[in-house]
Amino acid sequence: MAEIMYWEAIRRAHDEEMANDPLVICMGEDIAVAGGTYKATQGLYDKYGAERVIDTPISENGYTGLGIGASFLGVRPIIEIMSVNFAWLAMDQLFNSAAKVRYMSGGQLTAPVVVRSPGGTAHQLGAQHSARMEKIFMGIAGLRVVTPSSPKQAYGLLKSAVRCNDPVFINEHELMYNMKGEVADEEFFHPLEGSEITREGRDVTLFGYNISVHWCMQAADILANQFAIDAEVVDLYALAPLDRAGIAASVRKTHRAVIVEEAEPAVGVGAEVMAIINEECFFELDAAPQRVSAVHVPIPYNHALEKAAIPNANDVVMAVRKMLGK
Amino acid sequence: MNVADKKRLLREMLFARRFEERCYEAYVERKIGGFLHLYSGEEACAHGVLDAAKPGHDYVITSYRDHIHAIKCGADPRKVMAELYAKETGSSRGRGGSMHIFDVGHRFMGGYALVGGPFPLAAGIAKAIKMKGGDEICICFLGDAANNQGTFHESLNMARLWELPVLYVCENNLYGIGTRIDRSTAVIDQYKRVSGYNIPSAQEDGQDIEKVFKAAKKAVNHVRSGKGPYFLELMTYRYRGHSMSDSNAYRSKGEERMWSNRDPIIMLRDRLIEAGHISKADYKAMDNEILDEIEDDIIAFAESSPQPRVDELEKYTLAENDPWVYGGGR
Repeated sequence: MAEIMYWEAIRRAHDEEMANDPLVICMGEDIAVAGGTYKATQGLYDKYGAERVIDTPISENGYTGLGIGASFLGVRPIIEIMSVNFAWLAMDQLFNSAAKVRYMSGGQLTAPVVVRSPGGTAHQLGAQHSARMEKIFMGIAGLRVVTPSSPKQAYGLLKSAVRCNDPVFINEHELMYNMKGEVADEEFFHPLEGSEITREGRDVTLFGYNISVHWCMQAADILANQFAIDAEVVDLYALAPLDRAGIAASVRKTHRAVIVEEAEPAVGVGAEVMAIINEECFFELDAAPQRVSAVHVPIPYNHALEKAAIPNANDVVMAVRKMLGK
Repeated sequence: MNVADKKRLLREMLFARRFEERCYEAYVERKIGGFLHLYSGEEACAHGVLDAAKPGHDYVITSYRDHIHAIKCGADPRKVMAELYAKETGSSRGRGGSMHIFDVGHRFMGGYALVGGPFPLAAGIAKAIKMKGGDEICICFLGDAANNQGTFHESLNMARLWELPVLYVCENNLYGIGTRIDRSTAVIDQYKRVSGYNIPSAQEDGQDIEKVFKAAKKAVNHVRSGKGPYFLELMTYRYRGHSMSDSNAYRSKGEERMWSNRDPIIMLRDRLIEAGHISKADYKAMDNEILDEIEDDIIAFAESSPQPRVDELEKYTLAENDPWVYGGGR
């Protein structure tokens, strides 16, 4: 078991999958000769060559569509979109082609592409480089959405996504590529569905995903140490489909729920999880579920304003204390 | 093109025309729902190009005006009609409709309803062909208006950059929905637009199937020989509106008459009659045979086929029982 960085975990998954199957390719802006903005494809160009490790033009919709077309014939493209903000441009091909082709062909065609892209607010990148778009992707039938919170998940989810016959969008985070964590030396495949209890607790469930899992864990420590509140943390690494059973099971145990998301609240993960709680286990609740979300603004450049727009562990602590009257 | 080929193509094109016109009737009778885009008038394009290629072997992809391309690739016309009738026996099991005919077994990779959407998909199919080392090519048929989408430019750039075996066929019918090309497009001759990507191209009369065939042969040979993409523009005309919901009021009677005088089927028929290869009676008999086949075989099949089951509504959304969803089944 080695401790490696998030980007190294992604790079390792690429490398193993490309070695395993000559039809696995990767493509994106600056991913080949330069090795990728976040080093996720470092060294692969030298190892696998220009036919399989492809620097694309800055044509997000075009190269995403090209990858989708190649996947119709069994090629397994891993497409990196440098920033999720640019993935807006590829939505036509992702939504209209990849997500729908199985259905509208009556099961004849499938688009087993993986699209990886970092979202999230990093350091003063401004409105057009700070989007959090998972809420958009998770609403599209025919598309799987996963979002790794650790190097282990980043490795195992990409491995499974490459082999799965559905199109998978992997929502990464610009601030997480240098995060360290343990990843088993042996090959493994992480499920693309489900959720993971990251910390067991009795009093309240904190639902997080990707970076917000870490805010939840920090908050749970503060709540335990300072307020004697025993919080459970559930990692929703799969956003589409969401783990209805897992969400309900935890709420049945703690009877309280706080959903923590880096994105704006409207039409988001928090809203969806609250709806699932209402539908699955409303009468188990001892308090109305709460969400901790970003402020509904384009992300500002000014650092103080940027920080104010995004939630943090303290906001989670405050939400839980208010809910429990402590 | 020998006489036997010409006679076969005359029959295929006449079949295509009768098929589409029967769709029109079925639509008016509300047997067919949604949007319906008919190919009447443009038959020589698909038939000429695909006769110069290897339908069923080469990959073909197109827009929503897709019935005839699918059939020319080898799709069973009964299944195409059943798809329009939204039946379980349809080519997409009633889930696709007129705009989404697929027959992957015959390498007809689908009809797509976003204008310009197939441009990059075709380049991707060509990329896969190249990786696998086959001698197939990908042929992408789209209308002139699709060339105003960004995907046109993005895809031509990549196709040339990576020397992909893709033939783009522009069926220039002069209208993007109801807007005439000179009102929407700064450059009227579409084949000139690809010179910016250093892609060889040609423009040909899309109503004369012999000319289409000859131009397509050159294009197909170019792409199959590994020289990269090619762009073939065919000047043509659709008789019906863009779709059935189109009043078709934007075109003059004079213009329509001018094009119907250059009908691809009539032109080929008259040539064959003049050369003494068929008689008017032969043609009439062929037409009657086609009409009977459409009514007794194709429409009857579509009419009598079952509807999809409502309890299978969610089928085909995602792969079923894919072990990798669950961690590889280990």
